[in-house]
Amino acid sequence: MKPQRKKRLIAVLATVMGVSIAAVLLMYAVGENANYFYSPSDIYAGKAQPGKTIKVGGLVVPGTVKRGENLLDVEFVIKDKSHQLTVLFSDVLPDLFKEGQGIVATGKLIDNERFVATSVLAKHDENYMPPEVKRALEQSGHPVKTDTATEY
Amino acid sequence: MNWSWFFKLGSPKWFYQMAGRWQPWIWALTFIGLATGCVWGLAIAPADYYQGDLQRIMYIHVPAAYLSMFVYVVMAVAGAIGIIWRMKMAYYVSMSCSPIGAAFTFLALVTGSLWGKPTWGTYWVFDARLTSELILLFLYLGHMALFNAIEDRKNADRAAAVLAIVGIVNIPIIHFSVEWWNSLHQPASLSKLEKPSIDQSMLWPLLIMIVSFKLLFVSLLFPYVRNHTLWREKDSQWVQQEVEQ
Repeated sequence: MKPQRKKRLIAVLATVMGVSIAAVLLMYAVGENANYFYSPSDIYAGKAQPGKTIKVGGLVVPGTVKRGENLLDVEFVIKDKSHQLTVLFSDVLPDLFKEGQGIVATGKLIDNERFVATSVLAKHDENYMPPEVKRALEQSGHPVKTDTATEY
Repeated sequence: MNWSWFFKLGSPKWFYQMAGRWQPWIWALTFIGLATGCVWGLAIAPADYYQGDLQRIMYIHVPAAYLSMFVYVVMAVAGAIGIIWRMKMAYYVSMSCSPIGAAFTFLALVTGSLWGKPTWGTYWVFDARLTSELILLFLYLGHMALFNAIEDRKNADRAAAVLAIVGIVNIPIIHFSVEWWNSLHQPASLSKLEKPSIDQSMLWPLLIMIVSFKLLFVSLLFPYVRNHTLWREKDSQWVQQEVEQ
């Protein structure tokens, strides 16, 4: 390779390297602020202050969804690998909300165990399959939604 | 090593004529691929157990999102080749990539948004994946704007190529955003080392759509590059001969 071209090649590679290093430093600086939501473990660790508007995300624990007297009042527990958090909500839940499904809720913490949500979004997971496959999986003892719970 | 093929690619006249000859065949392949993929994905493949028919938007969204990043890599690599080897043709290819890439990015954002409303409950959130993909759209628009803002074409080529090279850091950020941060967007189903999280009956049409979108990119790129070449080489003899014919 001609020396001039080599020089330009090195300049291009150095630019890419420099920008990459800058990007990595930026990501360290931004750090957890770029997270879209807090997990129940983050809440347990005290990373979020009560009374501030935040987002929390986790899987809805099957069997914990309780409807209140008012038709819209609902209460459920979300969890990640190690911790749980109770979410209180009184508005319309998204169509794809169900037990075992991931959700992201916006609202305020009352204390480290309870969260009052003003909006709830359903978070879809990365698994796609036809209904027959899902049924087959469940019959062989691998229920679909609860199985992915460990990945949170 | 014989590098003659590499320098042959750098000849505008050779590229113009080669692209002209291949163009109809690649378009034909693209149409066959897109038709097969659409019919298979939209009519034959089963609906998702959870999302129902809504999931079928994946057959457009995933290829568009994948191509939005792929086109950017092509654009940046072509720009780098232009800078290092001072190759005109590489600049022409790089400049022709940005409108196509912007279109794929826009398509990915719109289809994702339409899917997001019924699935998540919102059209748009500023999570890491969605935001970095939006930045990609701005990079493409900036690439076009920068080139057109500079009067001297050679300087414009170089400035646009530098922008393309600098912006390449966004590509791994888009790809890994769903792993590095908590995001509303789900993690990758396909582009990971383990077994894909998509059932085979849905995986095949999706793969066909991805290959067809890649062909579509080439089909679109060739006329763009040919036009750009004619415009940039308008003073050369072969272009004037070509125009007269």
